[in-house]
Amino acid sequence: MIERLLVYGGLAGFLFLVSIPFWFSDQSSKHQPPSLSVNSSKGHCVESRAFMRANHMKLLEKWRDDVVRHGNRIHVSTDGRVFQKSLTHTCIDCHENREEFCGQCHSTLNVKTYCWECHVTPLEVQ
Amino acid sequence: MKKNKRRDFLKISGAGALAGVGLVTGLIEKTVVGSESPTQRKTTKEKIRWGMVIDMNKCRDDCTKCIDACHVTHNVPDFVNPKDEIKWIYKSPRKKVFPNISQEFSTKGQKEKPFLALCNQCADPPCTKVCPTGATFSRPDGIVQMDFHRCIGCRYCMAGCPYGSRSFNWRDPRPAIKKIDSAFPTRERGVVEKCNFCVERLEKNLLPSCVETCPEGVLTFGNLNDPDSNVRKLIESQPTMQRKPELGTRPSVFYIT
Repeated sequence: MIERLLVYGGLAGFLFLVSIPFWFSDQSSKHQPPSLSVNSSKGHCVESRAFMRANHMKLLEKWRDDVVRHGNRIHVSTDGRVFQKSLTHTCIDCHENREEFCGQCHSTLNVKTYCWECHVTPLEVQ
Repeated sequence: MKKNKRRDFLKISGAGALAGVGLVTGLIEKTVVGSESPTQRKTTKEKIRWGMVIDMNKCRDDCTKCIDACHVTHNVPDFVNPKDEIKWIYKSPRKKVFPNISQEFSTKGQKEKPFLALCNQCADPPCTKVCPTGATFSRPDGIVQMDFHRCIGCRYCMAGCPYGSRSFNWRDPRPAIKKIDSAFPTRERGVVEKCNFCVERLEKNLLPSCVETCPEGVLTFGNLNDPDSNVRKLIESQPTMQRKPELGTRPSVFYIT
């Protein structure tokens, strides 16, 4: 009899311990997705919004290798517009504040980039 | 019958051996003739090899305008401690820039005269060969470029460079830069850097900033492969020197002294 009490009591205690986050967390505050402000007065982004959301890191990495290793600095977008392959000019021209634009998502998703260890935006220099 | 057969066999094998030897020697000769010796490489106007001529007779000892302009353009940090110094274009005593040119009987002033030095942008650079990550490489236009993204700070290139043209960021360079220009990235701690012949300016059809700034016309920049370029005319019209030519690195920086 005493064993049965110990087993079921232990199980109940274990379940309580495991589910602690559900009992004591703040259920009222919901996760807020980052809201990104874009300076759209300067025209459309180099590629579509959906493409950039999914692939901006691949695009930037390709730009990096194209510019540094192959001396190719011109990006022609899928709709035929021409851009300079430059993080601190082309991208930052519209997304002026890197903390607001890049930083919000990256900190939400705990992505650590090292772009800004070296690259500097005009806003930071002022 | 038997004798004849042996005779035929010897004849045929002898002829075969001769033909074989002839073929092999012919092939070897052909490859020797076909290969280019390093001193006689084909040079065409179309294939650019950027180079520089430094006329040290015109350079004033106390002037540092080219150095200042370079450091502003490229966010070069100024660590006060000379052990941490980051060098792109810099002045060094003549006896250090040309250590194997005899200085016997020359006066102290001549030995110590500050000479301009920078990365020689060698056509056969040792630094690119030792780099384990491909962070430093030769561009088709002859410039030895650094890809800071790939540098792991092993400093093999610094050991490989016979001119001491490369510097290591022992500490974070950002606080040591007086005014950061956002047009060019800074470096981070643990990265090697050196003169890049102003690649980013050349692509905008601008001269390197040191060449543009020099008030005395010490520095001349141009395509070494173009016989009509200013640099080639200067080199052809008078005796010039390269640093440590005996090492076979084929520097693209020439000195008039």
